[in-house]
Amino acid sequence: MLTSVIFIPSVGSLLLLLVGKNPRISRLVALFFVILELILVLILFVTFDRSTTGYSFIERANWVPLFNIQYLLAVDGLSVSLVFLNAILGVVAVLISWTITEKVREYFALLLLLQTAVMGVFISMDMFLFFVFWELELIPMYFLIAKWGSGRKEYSAMKVLLFTLIGSAFMFISIIALYLSQPVADRTFDMMILAERDISGLIPYAGLISIGFLVAFAVKLPIFPFHTWLPDAHTDAPTAISVMLAGVLLKMGGYGLIRINAGLFPEQLSDLAPLLAIAAVINVLYGAFIVVRQTDIKRLIAYSSVSHMGFVVLGLSSFGGSVISTTAINGAALQLFSHGIITALLFVCAGLIYERTHTRYIPDMGGLIARMPLIGIGFIVAGLASLGLPSTSGFVAEILIFLGAYNTYPLATALCAFGVVLAAGYVLWAIQRTLFGPSLKRWADLNDASSSGKWAIALLLIPVMVIGIYPRILLDVLENSLLRIVGGLA
Amino acid sequence: MGLSGLDIALLSPEIAMVVFALVVIFSGLKWPNSSISVYTFLLATAVSICLSVFLWLRVESNGPEMFMNDSLIADHYAIFFKCLILTAIALIILVSKSSFTEFNQRAEFVGLAMLSSVGLMLLPSAADLITIFVAIELASLPIVVLAAFSTHEGKSGESGLKFLVLSAISSALLLYGFAFFYGASGTLQVLSLDSSNPTISEMLVSLDNDIPFGSIPILIATILSVSGLGFKLSIVPFQMWTPDVYEGAPTTVGAMLSVASKAAGFALLLRVLYTVLNHEMISDDWSLLLAILAAITMSIGNLVAIVQKDLKRLLAYSAIAQAGYVLVGVASFADFGGKQISYELGPESVLFYLTGYAAMNVAAFSVVILTVYRNQTSEIKSLEGLGASSPLLAGVLSVSLLALVGVPPTVGFMGKFFIFNAAVNANLSWLAIIGVINSAISAYYYLNIIKIMYLRSPSISGGNWRIALSSSLVLVITAGATLILGILPQPLLDLVGEASLSII
Repeated sequence: MLTSVIFIPSVGSLLLLLVGKNPRISRLVALFFVILELILVLILFVTFDRSTTGYSFIERANWVPLFNIQYLLAVDGLSVSLVFLNAILGVVAVLISWTITEKVREYFALLLLLQTAVMGVFISMDMFLFFVFWELELIPMYFLIAKWGSGRKEYSAMKVLLFTLIGSAFMFISIIALYLSQPVADRTFDMMILAERDISGLIPYAGLISIGFLVAFAVKLPIFPFHTWLPDAHTDAPTAISVMLAGVLLKMGGYGLIRINAGLFPEQLSDLAPLLAIAAVINVLYGAFIVVRQTDIKRLIAYSSVSHMGFVVLGLSSFGGSVISTTAINGAALQLFSHGIITALLFVCAGLIYERTHTRYIPDMGGLIARMPLIGIGFIVAGLASLGLPSTSGFVAEILIFLGAYNTYPLATALCAFGVVLAAGYVLWAIQRTLFGPSLKRWADLNDASSSGKWAIALLLIPVMVIGIYPRILLDVLENSLLRIVGGLA
Repeated sequence: MGLSGLDIALLSPEIAMVVFALVVIFSGLKWPNSSISVYTFLLATAVSICLSVFLWLRVESNGPEMFMNDSLIADHYAIFFKCLILTAIALIILVSKSSFTEFNQRAEFVGLAMLSSVGLMLLPSAADLITIFVAIELASLPIVVLAAFSTHEGKSGESGLKFLVLSAISSALLLYGFAFFYGASGTLQVLSLDSSNPTISEMLVSLDNDIPFGSIPILIATILSVSGLGFKLSIVPFQMWTPDVYEGAPTTVGAMLSVASKAAGFALLLRVLYTVLNHEMISDDWSLLLAILAAITMSIGNLVAIVQKDLKRLLAYSAIAQAGYVLVGVASFADFGGKQISYELGPESVLFYLTGYAAMNVAAFSVVILTVYRNQTSEIKSLEGLGASSPLLAGVLSVSLLALVGVPPTVGFMGKFFIFNAAVNANLSWLAIIGVINSAISAYYYLNIIKIMYLRSPSISGGNWRIALSSSLVLVITAGATLILGILPQPLLDLVGEASLSII
C-alpha cells in the first residue's frame, strides 16, 4: 500500500518519458497518475485507524543489512495528514500547470518525481531512507525552478539547493552520530524503535545531535535567520512549484521537527524551547512587517509563509513548559496542513492573476474582481483563512497553538498573537489593492479562470472550509499519534 | 632464486597482461593503426580477470600466499584491486577507441597502457618496499609517454614532461622515506606470513610515546613517504601538476590517472598504513596527519573547481576533491589506545568508495572523451545544448555528476555515507562535517555543468551524434553501475568486507 503511494508518481514519471513528446498526452498522463495517487491516499485516509496510538500499514524489508538499514514504511496520524496534503497539492500542481508549453513532458516527469520524493519523506520510518528521500527531492526542484521559473530563476534555484544541502549536511552527520552512539549490538535507524528507546537520555552528545537535526529543519521550515532562500525561490518558481514549495516542502521541516526533535529528543527540545520561542516571535513579527512592504504579489505570499511558520515554531516551544499539553502540538500539526492548503490557494490565485495580467506588481492591479470573480473569491477566502478568520482552518490551528503555548510562554504568545493582527492588515490591504478599487480599462478584456484553474481552486476551497467548520475530521487523525510523540517527555 | 610453478600460477594475471602487451606492441610494427590492438587488450583483460577470479577462489580455500621470494602476496585485497583496475582501464580504452584515430601509433598507445596497468596491478600485492618502488615506476613511466602522445596538441608534450619531472621528484621522496624505514627496522618486508622473516612493523621496538610517530626516523620516513605518495594521489599540497597534466594530456590518460592510478595508490597507502604503521602509538599520529590533509584536499579541490572554465581542469580539481573524501576513509583508523571499535569500517568504506568512484568517474570521463574528441575543445561552454543534441551523453554525464555530488540514489551517496560513518566512528566527527559541507559546495559546480547541458541552447552546431556501439556500451554499463550500486550496495559491501579483512 505505502510502497505504491510512494512510487505511483514515479511510475507516471517514467511512463511520461516513454509516451513521446505530445504535450496533450503528457498532461493527461500526469493528471491520471496524480488522481490515481489521490484516490489511493483517500483510501488510506479513510481506512486509517484513528483510535490507535501506534503505526499502521507497516512495510519492512532489509536494505543494507551490514548497517541495519531497512526499507521501512509506516504511517501514523502526522504522516497521514501530510500525505493527504501532498496528494491534494499534487493534483492542484498538475492542474495549474496546464498552460505550461515548454518541454511539457520533462516538466511533468520532474513534477511527479518531486511528489514521489516528498511522499517518501513523510512515509519512511527508517532514518536513512528518510534522508535519501529528503535529498532526492532537491534535484527535481532545482530543475523545475531553474528551467521553468521566471526572473532570476537560476540564481534562486541554486540558492535554495545550497541552503538545503548545507542544512542537511548537519542532519547527515547527526544521523550517523545517532547510529554510532547506540550500543553495537542493537544499532538501528528505525525511528519507531528509537522513539521508544528514550535515546535522549542514554546517548552521549544528544544535545549536539539534536541541534544537527534542528539546523536542517530550521532551514527548510524556515526559521529566522535561515529564511533568505524562501522569498527568492517562491517568487521565481513557476506557479505549481510555488504551490509545492509553500504547500509541502516547508512542511517537511515542520514534520521533521515534530517527528525527530520532539519525538526522539524531547528533553533537548525542551532545553532549546526558550530559543524557539524567541525565534517564533521573530519569524512571526519580522515576517509580517516585511510582508506589509511587499509590492510583488508572490513575494508577499512568500513572506507571509515565513510569518505563519513562526506559529509552528511557537507550538513546538511549548515543550519548555512544566505541564506538557498536546494542544499546542496538535495546533502546530494542524497548522502545517492548513497553511499548506491556504498558501497553495493563494499561490494558485496569484499565478492565475499573473497569467492574465502578466504583472505581479500590486499597484498595477486593481478592480480585478469584476473581471475574474472566481479567482477573486478564491483569493479572498484564502486571505481570510490566512489571517485566521473563524470557520476557516487557519483559525482552528492558530487558536490551538495560542491556547497551548500560553501556559509556557505568555509573552511570546501575546507577541505572536499580534502577528495575527498584522496579518489581518496586510491581507486585507493586499486584497483591496488587487481585487477592489476602480475597474481598470487595461484589464477590461480579461477572462476568469479556465476549467483547470476552477478545479484547482475548488479542490483547495473544500478542505479550508471543511476543516474550519469541523476540525475533528483532521484532529481525530492527528491526536493519538501526537499524544504518543509528546508522551516521550512525560 | 628460481621461479617455481607456484610463482607463475600466482603471477598469472600479470604475466598474461605482459604477454598480450608484447603481442600488441610487436603487431603494431606491422599494423600500427589497426583497432586489433584494442580488441587484444580487451581479450587480455578478460583473461587476466578470469585468472584473478581463480586466484580469489584459491585464496578462499588456501588462505593468502606469498610468492616470488616473499616479494608479492596473493590475498583478497590485492585481487580485488587487480580486478577493479583492469575493469576500469578496459572500459576507458574501449570508450576511447574512436578517438584513437587522432593518434599515429595506436598500437603503441594501447601497449603502453597495458604495461602501465601491469605496474598498477602489482602495487596492491607488493609485499616489500623494493617491489612497491619498482611497481610504481612501471606504472608511471608509460604514463609519461602516453601523456605526451598527442602530436597535434601543443600542451601534450608539456604535460608529459611535467608528469616526468613530478614522477621523478615524488619517486625520490618515496625512496628516501623507504630508506628511513629500512634504517629504523633493518628490513624491507611490509608483509610476511613467515615468522622467520619479520616485517617492519614487528621490528619497530623501543618506540617512545612522547615523540610523534614513536621515533624520529619513523617520523621522517612517514612524512617523506606520504609526501611521495601524495604527489601520485594528487593530495594538497602536492596537487599542482594535476590540472596541467589532465588538461594537456589526451583525455584518456586523464581518465586512467584519475581512476586506475588513484585506486592503486590508495590500495598501497592503506596497506602500508595498516600493516607497517599499525602500532597504537603511531596510528593516532598518522590518522591526524591524514585527517588534516583530507580536510585541506577536499576544501581546496572543491573551491578551486568552482572557477574552472575548462572541462578537463574541472575534472582534475574534482579528482583532487574526491581524493580528499577517500583520504577521510583512510584516516578513519578506529583504534583507541589498542581498543579497536568497528575497526573494519575505514578500509571497507575506502574500498567501497573507490569502486563507486571508478564507476562514476569513468562514466563522466567517457562523456568528456567523446565530446572533446568531437568538438575539439574542452571548454565547459562546448557542452551547451548537449541535452537536446545527445540525450544519452547528457543523461550519463548528469547521473555521474550527481553521483560525484553524492545525491541519492547513486553510489556516490552510499559511498559518502560509509566514509563519513567510518570517520564519525573513529572520533573524527569534525572531519565528517567538513566533508559533508564540501559535498554541498561541490553541488554548485557539478550542477552548473548539468544546467549548461539542459538549459542553454547550443553554441556549437548541435548536429547529429553518432556514438559507436562500443562507446554506448561503456556509457550504459558505467551509468548503470553508478545507479545499481547506489540502490543495492550490499553485494559490493560483502565483497569489500572480505577484501579488507586481508589488511586488518
